[in-house]
Amino acid sequence: MNIMSPDIEIVGTNPGDPLPQLEGHVSYGRFERVLRAGHFAITSEIAPPDSADPDEIMRRANVFDGSVDAVNATDGSGANCHLSSMGMCAVMTRNGLSPIIQISCRDRNRIAIQGDILGAAAMGVCNVLCLSGDDVSVGDHPEAKPVFDLDSVSLIRTIKMMRDERHFLSGRKLASGPNLFIGSSINPFAPPIENRVDQLAKKINAGAEFIQSQYCFDIAMLNDFMAQAVDAGLAERAFILIGTGTLASAGTARWLRSNIPGVHIPDAIIERLDQAEDPRAEGRKICVELMQQIKEVAGVSGIHLMAYRQEKFVNAIVQQSGVLGDRKPWSADDYDFHRRKLDSEKSAQTTAARTDL
Amino acid sequence: MYSVRQWSVKRSRFLEGVYNFTNPGILFCLRGITRLFGKSLDRPITALEAGLKGFLFDCQMCGDCVLSKTGMSCPMNCPKTIRNGPCGGVRENGMCEVKPEMRCVWVAAWDGASRMKDGEVIREAQFALDYRQKGKSSWLRLARETGDVEKTDAPETELSERGPA
Repeated sequence: MNIMSPDIEIVGTNPGDPLPQLEGHVSYGRFERVLRAGHFAITSEIAPPDSADPDEIMRRANVFDGSVDAVNATDGSGANCHLSSMGMCAVMTRNGLSPIIQISCRDRNRIAIQGDILGAAAMGVCNVLCLSGDDVSVGDHPEAKPVFDLDSVSLIRTIKMMRDERHFLSGRKLASGPNLFIGSSINPFAPPIENRVDQLAKKINAGAEFIQSQYCFDIAMLNDFMAQAVDAGLAERAFILIGTGTLASAGTARWLRSNIPGVHIPDAIIERLDQAEDPRAEGRKICVELMQQIKEVAGVSGIHLMAYRQEKFVNAIVQQSGVLGDRKPWSADDYDFHRRKLDSEKSAQTTAARTDL
Repeated sequence: MYSVRQWSVKRSRFLEGVYNFTNPGILFCLRGITRLFGKSLDRPITALEAGLKGFLFDCQMCGDCVLSKTGMSCPMNCPKTIRNGPCGGVRENGMCEVKPEMRCVWVAAWDGASRMKDGEVIREAQFALDYRQKGKSSWLRLARETGDVEKTDAPETELSERGPA
């Protein structure tokens, strides 16, 4: 469709429509446009349902409308079985949303993964997040066979090769490559802390164009990490989005800290939650404050907001934090408005053409 | 054995020296042996490699050895067999998320590499394994590849940056 207003030109319209790929861009997607235009971006993630009902996916996805720039569709996170990332993305792209498909190396080998990459691109998915994946032993099917044929860095290189060199790992040519904006994850808060920036460099050298980090609850640690990343020139080579989230209570925070490896939560935050009268509200307040602080850190391009089971508050949290300034991410309402306007102009033109005859 | 493996990582600099000193000789001998005997001595040589590297590094015989590039810590001991680690799940005490009693293989790798003369090579990305090489000898593969340069019977894909064992 035609691009209707300057704002829409920058942020794009519907990933389901063939958006023109801008010069220097690797995908047709809205998310890449937002980042490359220099906007501070927000992404969130959607918990996939344990159901085959597509309406349930859209019910869960619609709460993000107008408050985030892209939504991650998780791929069996925590090694628990849910509706697939591919399935979520299929339903979401049909409804005009801009999903980030997550591909974990735990469950599929390189044959399946390369096939899925083409499939995702064919459905209008423009963004992919490459993950190694949680081990099967932490999930609900610990008896499953772990695959781990590729790792995240190999996966990034594979997708980059398919996209830029247009062939499979085997060398067989692709008639058309997957135009995907490639991302990966980083955890600056787990050992070896001093080498985490090297790990980031490896992923960016392999081809990662955006990065989404693990939960950040410790701004001092983030400052150290980002200072190293900026010094190494990494913040200019990839868009770094820092993860943060809402904590429902001190108990949840303690559980996360001891049961989810790699999650680092300082004692000060747990104390605040402990003393709060309404811990859930306090958790959201902490999240808003963290977002404001993260935005001030040099080299950060956006925030990845993980509000597990508190998705309905994402919009309010984003508004309160003010990190987007005046910018409002794409929403279905705006899109409908522009489409109606376009349709009416088209029919006016057609009528005019008929009158001419 | 776990304790020997930790010892090896602690002495990565020493083992690197031993490796650099002995590697040309070993490869020279293996090239001679493979020319003379063809494949008939492959099994005992593979068993010797598995025994020696198994004792020192808990080597899993992936067939594409990168020990000298990973601080003398074998990445195949990672439960996710990550060749470019660590993953994001390392515990605060540096232990593995899957096996809490084991030090993260990649925490050990970066630690070992920091002591090595050519430790910087750990920054190079490794591509995923060729699964067909599993159980085969890295030494013999190297000896054959470097010995048969004129034949070039080992096609180098640009993705597999194979290095010294």
